[in-house]
Amino acid sequence: MSQFEYILQQVINAVSLGSLYALVAVGLSIVFGVLKLTNFAHGDVMMVGAFTTVLLIAIGVPFIPAMIAGILASALAGFLIERIAYRPIRNAPDVTRLLTSLAVTYILENLGILLFTSSPRNFPLPDMLNSSWQLAGGAITFTNINVLTVALTFVSLIGLGWFITRTTVGLGMRAAAEDMSAAQLVGLDVNKLIIVAFLVASAFAGLAGVLWAAQAGVVQPQMGFTPLLKAFVAAIIGGFGSISGALLGGYMLGALEIFIVAFLPDPVVPYRDAIVFTLLIAFLLFRPGGLMQPNREIKL
Amino acid sequence: MVTADAPLLQIDDLEVNFGAVRALKGVSLDVREGEVIALVGANGAGKSTTLRSISGLARPKAGTIRFDGVVINRRSPPQIVRLGVAHCPEGRRLFGSLTVAENLRLGACTRSDADGVARDTETMFVLFPILRERWRQLAGTLSGGEQQQLALARALMAAPRLLLLDEPSLGVAPLLVRHIFEALAELKRQGMTMLLVEQNIALALNLADRAYVLRTGKVALSGDAAELRDDDRVAQAYLGAAE
Ligand SMILES: Nc1ncnc2c1ncn2[C@@H]1O[C@H](COP(=O)(O)OP(=O)(O)OP(=O)(O)O)[C@@H](O)[C@H]1O
Ligand SMILES: [Mg+2]
Repeated sequence: MSQFEYILQQVINAVSLGSLYALVAVGLSIVFGVLKLTNFAHGDVMMVGAFTTVLLIAIGVPFIPAMIAGILASALAGFLIERIAYRPIRNAPDVTRLLTSLAVTYILENLGILLFTSSPRNFPLPDMLNSSWQLAGGAITFTNINVLTVALTFVSLIGLGWFITRTTVGLGMRAAAEDMSAAQLVGLDVNKLIIVAFLVASAFAGLAGVLWAAQAGVVQPQMGFTPLLKAFVAAIIGGFGSISGALLGGYMLGALEIFIVAFLPDPVVPYRDAIVFTLLIAFLLFRPGGLMQPNREIKL
Repeated sequence: MVTADAPLLQIDDLEVNFGAVRALKGVSLDVREGEVIALVGANGAGKSTTLRSISGLARPKAGTIRFDGVVINRRSPPQIVRLGVAHCPEGRRLFGSLTVAENLRLGACTRSDADGVARDTETMFVLFPILRERWRQLAGTLSGGEQQQLALARALMAAPRLLLLDEPSLGVAPLLVRHIFEALAELKRQGMTMLLVEQNIALALNLADRAYVLRTGKVALSGDAAELRDDDRVAQAYLGAAE
């Protein structure tokens, strides 16, 4: 295997992993934008989508409709979380809101354990998606689920880009993220915008959850924790609250993780996450606002 | 409905508290259709709080605010915009990461008459030609004066019947202040009703028909703008609050 093909293989892996991080991070950023709240339950919204999809496939629903149902289930979960848990404390102090977000996480995860136990379940991926492509005489391989992940990520991110730059509701969402009372003064219905933000962010979490579980081959109630943590890092790299920053951060983190494993000497590889977090701290020392530096302080 | 003589905006005994701070202690004022009313006073007198109460951002503790005969104390800001009140806030409060075009589009977000919106956009280009040049630029990259013009245009895009203006000269270069006040005078000629808060008393009293002088949350003085221009008590209201 030549050096070039090896590198190309790593790039493919990086784009595939980065896509997942980007999907989750974008959702986190959307919610943070309008509520200035780190929604820890975002990972559990992923789990809701993944479980819905698995259960539907188990009763014979084909993959694609099951995935769409999973995405809708996640959107519904996000809607309910906002309505039941976050709206009543919208103007409460930050600590209260943060603890509420953690509480929602624990409730959802324990609900998942109660319903499905904490042991992993097989994700019944259709053979078609598991089949792999071999290029350059087997030096480069990727599966159809990798292709699907990247394709769906690109399509949904382009759709999101259109939504937040071309529609009044999307522009309103960004306006509200920047200055909530100015948004009200021009006549935007902030309640509606927050609901839309949760629906969109949670649908992204649902898509990410299904793809994440499909790649891992399993689902389990705590599956949202790792992607949430990674997406959090990605969003911070990008500048918390910035949607394009989250996207960029997601792909950068994916690339960083893959390249550490691929190109650094073997003894270092187990410390991948430690290296990533050290780099993150170093990066934040130089650029505390992340790549996009949004969140200028806003007087209300 | 406004009957022959009823004011477009009528505020009676308005009280607003922020915790222990009594920002407004019973303010009464009225604005008739077509009038320009100046609201002046020292820092912290309660000018912005008065405007924020009208547009629904601040919640009055007591008193009533009537617009076009309807009590709007408990209405939400978007509802109040839909009734016909636009508020151009202190410090401009533009959406800096959106373009000039997008800011104006959101200014018109309560409207469904696309033709009217397009026509009003053209009107904004006549009032503020710089906006056409800056059309695709991010609002955050404009100069202070350009931003103030955009903030005014954004408020006007709601096609309001009453325009609330909070310190349109703040942070604007003197030459552009003149330009902005010429635009306000043009709006006045076209019949726009305005409630203008302004630190620059001379400018405000020149433009206005009548004026109210606020002093620590109360109306200290009110009357014909031309008469107040020569009244020592206006300056005293400022000094008094600074003590
Ligand atoms: N959100 C708030 N929380 C607490 N106090 C406030 C708040 N907003 C205004 N105040 C207080 O209410 C009083 C009136 O403030 P307001 O902003 O209405 O004054 P102003 O006349 O607009 O002053 P300026 O000329 O400085 O803009 C001040 O004492 C101010 O400190
Ligand atoms: Mg003020």
